[in-house]
Amino acid sequence: MRHLLSINDLNKEQALEILDTALEMVRVNEGPVKKLPTLRGKTVVNLFAEDSTRTRISFEAAAKRLSADVINFTAKGSSLSKGESLKDTAMTLQAMGADAVVIRHPASGAAHQLAQGKWVSGVVINAGDGTHEHPSQALLDSFTIRQHLKGGSGDLSGIRVAIVGDILHSRVARSNILLLKKLGATVVLVAPPTLLPYEVERWGVEVSHKFSEVIPTVDAVIMLRIQQERMSDLYFPSEREYSTLFGINAERLALTKKGSIIMHPGPMNRGLEITADVADSPQSVVVEQVSNGVAIRMAILYLFIAGSQESGL
Amino acid sequence: MSQSILIKAGSILGASPADVLIKDGVISEIGNNLSSDGAEVIEASGMVLMPGFVDLHTHLREPGRENSETIATGSLAAARGGYVAVSAMANTLPVADTAAIVEQVAAIGKSVGLVDVFPIGAVTRNLEGKELADLGSMAASQAKVRVFSDDGNCVFDPLLMRRALEYVKQFDGTIAQHAQDPRLTLDAQMNEGHIASTLGLKGWPSVAEESIIARDILLANMVGAKLHICHVTTAGGVEIIRWAKSQGMKVTAEVTPHHLILTDELATSYDPIYKVNPPLRTQADVESLRSALIDGTIDVIGTDHAPHPVESKECEWQSAAFGMIGLETAFPILYSTLIASGAMSWARAAEVMSSTPAEIGGYENHGHSITVGEPAHIAIVDPGQNWTVDRAKLASKSKNTPFHGMEFNATVVATIFNGRITHKVGR
Repeated sequence: MRHLLSINDLNKEQALEILDTALEMVRVNEGPVKKLPTLRGKTVVNLFAEDSTRTRISFEAAAKRLSADVINFTAKGSSLSKGESLKDTAMTLQAMGADAVVIRHPASGAAHQLAQGKWVSGVVINAGDGTHEHPSQALLDSFTIRQHLKGGSGDLSGIRVAIVGDILHSRVARSNILLLKKLGATVVLVAPPTLLPYEVERWGVEVSHKFSEVIPTVDAVIMLRIQQERMSDLYFPSEREYSTLFGINAERLALTKKGSIIMHPGPMNRGLEITADVADSPQSVVVEQVSNGVAIRMAILYLFIAGSQESGL
Repeated sequence: MSQSILIKAGSILGASPADVLIKDGVISEIGNNLSSDGAEVIEASGMVLMPGFVDLHTHLREPGRENSETIATGSLAAARGGYVAVSAMANTLPVADTAAIVEQVAAIGKSVGLVDVFPIGAVTRNLEGKELADLGSMAASQAKVRVFSDDGNCVFDPLLMRRALEYVKQFDGTIAQHAQDPRLTLDAQMNEGHIASTLGLKGWPSVAEESIIARDILLANMVGAKLHICHVTTAGGVEIIRWAKSQGMKVTAEVTPHHLILTDELATSYDPIYKVNPPLRTQADVESLRSALIDGTIDVIGTDHAPHPVESKECEWQSAAFGMIGLETAFPILYSTLIASGAMSWARAAEVMSSTPAEIGGYENHGHSITVGEPAHIAIVDPGQNWTVDRAKLASKSKNTPFHGMEFNATVVATIFNGRITHKVGR
């Protein structure tokens, strides 16, 4: 594959190759010299048309540790905020000679449009497009699950994962569902019916509205951030009720399976979908997700930019 | 200057070949081996003659959006598609909600002279859905408006809709409703279904269309008014209309060519060329619309020709404009999807493309059969001649066709409007 736009761009072997490569990158990151010369002379552009400090610095750190030159092109104060079209932005990046464009955009499908090849010729990496997908997040989540529950190798067969919250608007959920299933895991979605996509039954996942019943059955829980505006859009009656029914707190944590982990893509709404005591509990792997994120993005950049010929990706 | 035209050996709606002679804007003779003294001859062997097409749903964009279409370019596109009359939708800038604007549109249409341009008046002032537009003044104007629509917007307020339906009865008017509940389609981007769910594009539920269709049929029936449903797209909408007609309720309905052939699967490309209001639906909906058009549940083809400049489509899906052009491709699509297989007769095709829209619009000079003494409005189509759509060669000022590169099994060879040739392939 030339681009990483959707988890569907990867087959199981390619997904596992990214996870295995990320494991090597973790060793680099833990070593005394956190830098590889692999992408020296290559230019990676972070095109962030939507604010996301976390994902941007994660990709930036990843590119720099591989010795690539990094150009950040972010919404605030740039031509993006002045109504420049995606096409014009893309052609500007092309003129700069970007070898790869990492794009975060509020419009679903923006990465696909960038990758259609008319505007830019470089590799396109989707860093989150609207409510569509966020493949690198899913890869780092599966990597984290594999490290904890499968000894850091192989696929995720036998693992059962709950994804909890606003599935409807979540690109993290869409990519995670595709990847977890591809790697052999079972997925159960936990959400109020208003926050589940139409015809979700066609996604090949289990669906539940009873969080407390699901918790003891799963090996990992992925909590999703709930946006404040969902309440005014009538998706649920109140934050308090949402928190009571679909939030994770100490009582629910007590119901978890031994050895299971609690995940969150961040940024967390402490007190809403997750209480502080759970976020800071030993079962929470939120901080680890962040450090794994750099390793996964190093693996993605390496395989898609430098290793495209040898790896067959 | 009138022109004599002799159409040689064409088949009128599939009947055995005959010559048709046109003089002074009228069909003067039909028979075999007619003489061609001084007449322009069109060799039509193997071709089919249809009454010139009438479109009830056309966006000509003038005044105000001449960067996407003008009455002149839209008229030429219509002629290329076999049309002799179009109905200019009211969502221009300014909106066609007064006598002055509709008279201006009609006058420009007349001076262009390629088709009859019948302005549709807005139902509500500035399409805002708050108060009635100058319906009576538009009806009494030179443009003699009889069809009113807020198309692009739904007349959502049920009381306002009731009043509009009642009010236009005094001049035998029709309200053409764009059935779309705005609350159920807030920020909606495409058909609500598993494809929208997977793509992360906000869904446009079928019920947003069906609930308005049902409501308005009941309202129109209660007050005894004429209601036309624009661009039906769902199997559920078809069932509601079928039920209403079976109860003897008066309602007419329209389907676009694109909803007869395209589905929401195309959105997986994220190419906004497929973004349209109402949205492309599922294959089951397409099948239902086709049967409904054949059995008379749906009365007419309306193109919903909606030109947009390149920049309105060359962007992210959610920022792109809704709409696709359709005048030049309408008949080739109808032929390829329904007529070629024999599912639809030539007689029925003439009804949905010409006589029924003319009747609904009250366009008395249009939709007549091809017989001696009738006005010479004729579309000559060649079922034996495949046509590949090349957007660069279309007459419309805008190029937003989803059919670029597609091959259809028929070509519109010539169009005769008021006894004049307004389009001829190879000319």
